[in-house]
Amino acid sequence: MTTDIPIQIVINGKVHNDVVEPRLLLVHYLRENLGLTGTHVGCDTTQCGACTVMIDGHSAKSCTIFAVQADGSNITSIEGLAPEGGLHPLQEGFWEEHGLQCGYCTPGMIMAGVDLLQENSNPSEDEIREGISGNFCRCTGYQHIVNAIQYAAKKG
Amino acid sequence: MTQFAPRPILPKLIGERIKRREDPRLIQGRATYVDDIKIPGMLHLAFKRSDIAHGRIVSIDTGAAASMPGVELVVTGAELKEFLPPMPIGTPFPSPDHYSVAPDTVRYQGEPVAVVVASDRYLARDAADAIIVEYDPLPAVIDPEQATLGLPAVIHPAFENNLAVPFVPGGTGVDAVAGTVDNSAIDKAFAEADFVLSQRMMNHRLAPSPIEPRGVVAHYEPGKDSLTIWSSTQNPHILKTFIAALTGTPDNQVRAIAPEVGGGFGCKINIYGEDYVAAALSKRLGKPLKWIEDRSEAFQATIHGRDIIGYVDIAGKNDGTVTGLKVKLLADIGAYNMILTAAIPTLTMLMLNGTYNIPAIRAELTEVFTNKTPTDAYRGAGRPEGTYFVERAMDMVARHLKMDPAELKRKNFIQPEQFPFATQMGAVYDSGDYAKALDLALKNANWEGLKAERDQMRRGGRIVGLGLAFYVEVCGLGPSSSLPTGGWEYSSVTVERSGKITATTGASPHGQGNETTFAQMLGEQFGIALEDVTILHGDTAVVKQGIGTFGSRSQAVGGTALMMAGDKVKAKMAKFAASMMNENEEMDTSPENVEFANGMITVKGSPGLAKSFAEVASFAYVPVPLPPGLEPGLSDQAFFEPTNNTYPFGCHISMLEIDRDTGEPRLLKLVAVDDCGTVINPLIVEGQIHGGLAQGIGQAMIEEVVYDSDGQLVTGSFMDYAMPRAADFPRFELDNTVTPSPVNPLGAKGVGEAGTLGSTPCIVNAAVDALAEFGVTHVDMMLRPEKLWKIINGGQQ
Repeated sequence: MTTDIPIQIVINGKVHNDVVEPRLLLVHYLRENLGLTGTHVGCDTTQCGACTVMIDGHSAKSCTIFAVQADGSNITSIEGLAPEGGLHPLQEGFWEEHGLQCGYCTPGMIMAGVDLLQENSNPSEDEIREGISGNFCRCTGYQHIVNAIQYAAKKG
Repeated sequence: MTQFAPRPILPKLIGERIKRREDPRLIQGRATYVDDIKIPGMLHLAFKRSDIAHGRIVSIDTGAAASMPGVELVVTGAELKEFLPPMPIGTPFPSPDHYSVAPDTVRYQGEPVAVVVASDRYLARDAADAIIVEYDPLPAVIDPEQATLGLPAVIHPAFENNLAVPFVPGGTGVDAVAGTVDNSAIDKAFAEADFVLSQRMMNHRLAPSPIEPRGVVAHYEPGKDSLTIWSSTQNPHILKTFIAALTGTPDNQVRAIAPEVGGGFGCKINIYGEDYVAAALSKRLGKPLKWIEDRSEAFQATIHGRDIIGYVDIAGKNDGTVTGLKVKLLADIGAYNMILTAAIPTLTMLMLNGTYNIPAIRAELTEVFTNKTPTDAYRGAGRPEGTYFVERAMDMVARHLKMDPAELKRKNFIQPEQFPFATQMGAVYDSGDYAKALDLALKNANWEGLKAERDQMRRGGRIVGLGLAFYVEVCGLGPSSSLPTGGWEYSSVTVERSGKITATTGASPHGQGNETTFAQMLGEQFGIALEDVTILHGDTAVVKQGIGTFGSRSQAVGGTALMMAGDKVKAKMAKFAASMMNENEEMDTSPENVEFANGMITVKGSPGLAKSFAEVASFAYVPVPLPPGLEPGLSDQAFFEPTNNTYPFGCHISMLEIDRDTGEPRLLKLVAVDDCGTVINPLIVEGQIHGGLAQGIGQAMIEEVVYDSDGQLVTGSFMDYAMPRAADFPRFELDNTVTPSPVNPLGAKGVGEAGTLGSTPCIVNAAVDALAEFGVTHVDMMLRPEKLWKIINGGQQ
């Protein structure tokens, strides 16, 4: 048996000190250990992006990172994207533009959108479509997601 | 009589683009999907699955797995068989026994052979991996055409030549009741034709792939002898019924809950082996159990869609009149029948008329077992296949006659005055105005201009084609004669003491937005604000009865049940209101004369004679004096069963370019005009069409489930199965016509699957148009660049 390893991660502004199995995936640490179930698992090969969170300011797929690799990092999950009671412009855009149906890919898709607009505050439609190509949505056909990101971009 | 201050006029709700009430919890990560459920003491399941396609189980060594710390139980299929009967199906066709976990023979890669119960999910997987299974391999049956000859093996001994459904005729001259077949009309049509065109067409296998995989939590409580099951399902009431039957639990002791469901697309209609095993083992252990599917398991063990060959012959006159159609269908249904498996290709057969008045049609349906994952309903479920065969055939006729496909189709359309139209295939189309939708699509696409643009691009050396496809589908599934579960839907409506409304629906949504559209309906019906209506669903303890959301039925059938329940409560509420206002004997306070609007209940023509909605609601629960003939309270329910299905339709137009150097196709334009009858919320309808288009275009262009000749699933992950991404699509250009359905009072038809119907023939017609310069008259989906490159470079496809 491997030895459990101590980690310290800041998640949504709170410091978490834990001792975890080395093979524990970050997404399972968030979901099972911390109860942050807004981050979802949709595949096992890093394709779908449902597990996307922000790590040290950049979007990353939390199913492809062990919790121990995230030691010392600062993570934002969907639950911490906006201050309590408010909505981030991306969240607002997804609501206004019907950017979601079943909602399962949505938290990860929103995180991908946050990263995209950080890199490029005024993306073209093609740049948006390319920018979210690491995230699958099976419901929307993506058009309303593009509209949602355009909404957020306009809002600045 | 009380005078009220003027109240704000409430906004109109029906037909408005209202943003969804579901969304706040979903965009903030506060929704509860099945994997988010935790129960103290909960254990986890993992399945050991067959890594071969076909073979006898010689031995299973569970010793190492069972001795791992934290492992509660390891059970093989043979052991489970002792207390878990074969899984039921929902179709009347003969079917081989299908156990949740294979007891002695495996028939597709991924079929479960044993199950582990452990304290932790990682540990359960470790233990499943530690199980050692020895197989005696049998030849894998992969090619459906060979399978019908019993080659290279027979999968189920009782089904000779692997025939699950053998050579069932349908259409013109076929009397299914009498069992007679008269060939005179179809033979005459073909004998007198100016031309006959023939083509074998493949409609290939797909993986439904909702982003949330399947999952189940089963919690048997011994003290109550009751079982609660949470499942990512489209139809909790059917789940409850099947789980109760198979686990020997009375159905009034089973509660099924569909929590937030992350997409279904048909594959979550089924009740799967994992659901039954979780329920049965929870009952055996007296503990809550959870199983969550991995994506790699989803590819192997969640039903696949489509996989049907059409051998199409179409006959016609040189003026463009299509006079006859023959279609032999061969469906590769995989290793077993699931709940609706055998019925799906019958829908393909049913819809072979398309939108055309073809005087003679003959179909023959064969379904064959192979060593692949079972097929069943995937978005469109049989209708996209039928549409594809008919629309490709019509396009071939247009190409043969050098006619514009739009004009060829128009010439053969069923005309508006012919509805209701009894088709050669036995359907009765409810209503339609096909030329209207065609004209709008041609106008929106600028069809003539688009043709000129295509020709201009071709002159520049580019390989470009245009595709046009029409579709009609069968939706709003009901009446009960068309659905083995019962073809109705249930709803209840309660006006609370406060004047707010709580309603329930059996049409359990999984992304369709019924919490919004149904609230729009009740808000308008009762003249109260959208915010004052709550729609509950997905829990059999809350919603007394139900069927579920599939077959594009939730609005047409579920929405009508809701409206009917609402009407009953409204009529009673009008009586309470009338009794409260009946101070002036001169005024007509009969319920018919009472109006609900803007949070007020008034007597028509007498604005001064009014009570607030909340005031009447409150009175109904403390009615002093109780009006004669009335019971207290404001709550009622309704079951609605339509007399017929609905038949929405539409027209899709595409422009596609194929890269001359690489063979890679690119969709440049997609124009869609859809007619789903009355629209409650255009925003939601657009979303449904977008999603359907994406899945249809995905099928036509990049998605395909592939098995190798040994039955190994080659496309076993998203690394190999091409899920469409945002960059794969242009901006879709939508519009609609509205032809209400006469079979329900809403006039709604259904829209959930529409996008998958027109899109596949639309794309392939465009590809054929593009490749016509290379002598191509047909190309099978999906449009793999390698295949197209070979055509461009003079090779065979």
